[in-house]
Amino acid sequence: MVLNTKQKDVSETIKAAVNAAIDTFGANRDEIIPILNDINTRLGYIPHEALDQVSEMVKTPKSQLYSVASFYRMLATKPRGRHVIQFCENAPCHVVGGREVWHALQEHVQLKSGETSKDGKWTLLTTSCLGVCGVAPVMLVDEDIYGNITPSEIPTILSRYE
Amino acid sequence: MKYFRSHVLFCVDPECLHHGAHEVMDAFQDELVSQGLIDEVQVLETSRIGACSQGPEFMVYPEGIHYVGMTSDDVPFIVEEHFLKGRIAKKFVLEPVTVVDEELSAPTPKEMRIVLRNCGKIDPENIEDYIAEDGYQALAKVLTTMTPDQVIDELLKSGLRGRGGAGFPAGKKWQFARNSTETPKYVVCNADEGDPGAFMNRRVLEGDPHAVVEGMIIAGFTTGSNQGYVYCRAEYPVAVRTLNIAIDQARSLGLLGKNILGTGYDFDLEVRMGAGAFVCGEETALMASIEGKRGEPRPRPPFPAVKGLFGKPTNINNVETYANVGPIILKGAEWYSSIGTKTSKGTKTFALAGDLKKPGLVEVPLGITLRELVYDVGGGIKDDNGFKAAQIGGPMGGCLPAKYLDLPVDYESLISAGAMMGSGGLIVLDDQTCMVDIARYFMDFTQDESCGKCTPCRVGTRRILEILERICDGKGKDGDIETLEYLCQEIVAASLCGLGQGAPNPVISAIKHFRDEFEAHIYEKRCPAKVCRSLIHYSITEGVCTGCTVCARNCPVSAITGERRQLHVIDPDICISCGICAQVCNFNAVEVK
Repeated sequence: MVLNTKQKDVSETIKAAVNAAIDTFGANRDEIIPILNDINTRLGYIPHEALDQVSEMVKTPKSQLYSVASFYRMLATKPRGRHVIQFCENAPCHVVGGREVWHALQEHVQLKSGETSKDGKWTLLTTSCLGVCGVAPVMLVDEDIYGNITPSEIPTILSRYE
Repeated sequence: MKYFRSHVLFCVDPECLHHGAHEVMDAFQDELVSQGLIDEVQVLETSRIGACSQGPEFMVYPEGIHYVGMTSDDVPFIVEEHFLKGRIAKKFVLEPVTVVDEELSAPTPKEMRIVLRNCGKIDPENIEDYIAEDGYQALAKVLTTMTPDQVIDELLKSGLRGRGGAGFPAGKKWQFARNSTETPKYVVCNADEGDPGAFMNRRVLEGDPHAVVEGMIIAGFTTGSNQGYVYCRAEYPVAVRTLNIAIDQARSLGLLGKNILGTGYDFDLEVRMGAGAFVCGEETALMASIEGKRGEPRPRPPFPAVKGLFGKPTNINNVETYANVGPIILKGAEWYSSIGTKTSKGTKTFALAGDLKKPGLVEVPLGITLRELVYDVGGGIKDDNGFKAAQIGGPMGGCLPAKYLDLPVDYESLISAGAMMGSGGLIVLDDQTCMVDIARYFMDFTQDESCGKCTPCRVGTRRILEILERICDGKGKDGDIETLEYLCQEIVAASLCGLGQGAPNPVISAIKHFRDEFEAHIYEKRCPAKVCRSLIHYSITEGVCTGCTVCARNCPVSAITGERRQLHVIDPDICISCGICAQVCNFNAVEVK
C-alpha cells in the first residue's frame, strides 16, 4: 500500500494501523514482533511515527523497537515500491538455473537486491527459502508465486504488473 | 459425525497449487454437486502425497487410489468413472497402482514412515481423524500409567536423538529440564525451519499438527511444565493456521488446558511467529525472539534446561523430535531402537532437492546409504548426468563427493566425512555444477544471515565471500586457497553459536574434495563446469546454426548479428555471458568454452 502524500492523512493512516495492531495483540512487550509485523503488513513498511506511537503504548524505548524492526528481514523500515519482487536465491533454486534468472532479473529491472526503483514501481529483494523447491527456481511478485522460471520469461511475467 | 463412502484428499502444497490444484478442486466440488454425490464423497485438503512434480494430485480412500496430473477439464471424466461407475480412471493413476490396506504405504520400499505416518492420510484440520489413528493414546498412557521418570527411561532406551541437527539424545535433554528445580518451566518447539531446501517440518505441521501437540504435552508432563510455545517461521502461514486450529480443537476436547483427561495436569500451548531471520533457528536466539527481542544467540552454558525462555528452565526440541514421541510411547522403545544403526536410531525425514529425477520429501531409516537415498529413493540424477556431490546438513553442512556414496547416513558417519545430519536438507549436485560457485553461494547465505553479534562470524564470513567472489570472477591469486583455509579455521574456533561455527563448513569441504576446481579457477582462469560467467565464452558453431535468428532476437544486449538463414556471430566485447542464446537455441548451435 502506498501512503497518501497529504501529511494529515498520513498520520491518520499510521495511527489507525498502530491501533489496529495493538488491539489485536495487546500492549504487551512480548508481542512486539507480531505488532510490528502487523503494522508492516498494513502500511507496507514501519514508519518512524509508528515506532513512536508503539513505543508510547507498549512502554518500551523506541531504540529497542528499532533494534527489533531493523533485525528481521520481513520488517521494513523504509518505504517499498508498488510491487515487491522476492527472488529465492537459496541452494535448491540456485543449482537448477536460479543464478541465471537472478542475473536476468537484476538486469531487467535495473536494480540490485534491496533497492527500490526511482519511479517507485519495483522493490527487488531476495527471500529465504519458501519451501517450494519442487518447482525451483522460484520468484514471488507481491503475493503471486512463479515457479520453473527461465531468464527469458522475466519480461513477460513482470509486464503483468502496472 | 457425518459418514461418507469416499474421502478425496487433495494435495494443496504450493507445488500443486502452482499446477492449478485449486481450480481442479473447485471443478471437482462442482462435479460432485451436479452428479448428486456431494453427500457421499468428502473432499479434504492435505499436504504431501507424492513428489508434487506431476501436477495436481489427490488420493481416494478407502481404495487408496492415487490420481495425478489432471486439469479441471478431466474432472467430469474421473468423477464419472470412479465415483459413478466404480472403475478406476487408469489414465490418471500414478503407476504402479498403490493399493492401501491398513496403513498408507511408503512410496518406495526403502522408505519408512513414522514421523510422516499421517501426512496425506488424515484431514489435518479434524482432530477426530487423528484420534481415529490412535492419536492422543500415547498421551493418555503417559498421564494415567507412567511416571515422568518412566517416560524419560523409555526415551533414553529408544535412542531418539534431536532431529534439529545436533543429535543430542532427547531423553537426556528432558532429564536435565526435569532436574531443574526452578519454576515455572517451559516447553518450546523449534519450528523455525530455515535451512534452504528443507521443508520437512512444514509438511508435518501442515499434515499432522496433532502429532507435535501430543509430543509437546508429553514433554510438558515429563519435565514438569505447564506452558509451551511453538515458534514457527513467518514464511509458513498455512502451518501456523493449521497449528492454531489443532490447538483450539485439542483445547475443546480437554486435551489441552486445565485438568487434561481428568488427571489434574494442566498444560497449554501458544504459537509464536518469527519475522524472517535464519539465526532464530538457533535455540538461544529463538528464545530471545519469543521474548520479543532481536534474535541474537547468547553463550551456553547456562543451557536452556537451566536458564531458557524468560530465564526459566526450558526444554526445546524440534518438530520432528516431538512427532516421534507418540509412536515411541505406544509401540515401545524396543521397537523404535530396532530401526536404524547402533548409535542412530529410528527414521529421519529428508527434503531431497537439486538435480534429482524425483525431488521431494521422504522418510528413511537411519543407516541407509547415500547411494540408496539418491538413486533408489530420489530416482537418480536428472537427465542421467553424473553425480558430483551431495550437500547435506544445510548451509552449515558439507559436500560429500562420489566416493562417499556408500556411506551410511547416520550422525557419526556424516560428521567423520566432514558433513552433518542437519535438519534434513539434501541437495544433490550433478556434474554440471561448479563447486567454487556453490561454496560462494553458501557463504553469501551465511554472511547475509549472520546476526552481527560476534566479529569472527560477521567479518570473517564476509572476507571469505569476497575472496570466493574474486575467484569466480577470474581474479583469484596464488595463496587464496591457503587464506581461505586459515580464515575458516579461525571462524570455527572463535564464533559464539552454531551458525558461525558451522558457516565455513561448505567451504572447507569444497576445498577438501574439489581442490582441483579451485586451482583451475585461480591458476588457469578456467571454470571446469562452465558456470562462472567471467570465465566462460559463448560462440556459435558454423554448420549447426541454421540462421533462424531466435538468438539474436532474445539477446538482451544485442551482441548477436547475422542475416536470416546465415551463420550468426556473437560479439565477445558486447556479450555479457548471460546464456540466454544457448537456452533458446533449438539446434544446440551455441557452444560454451
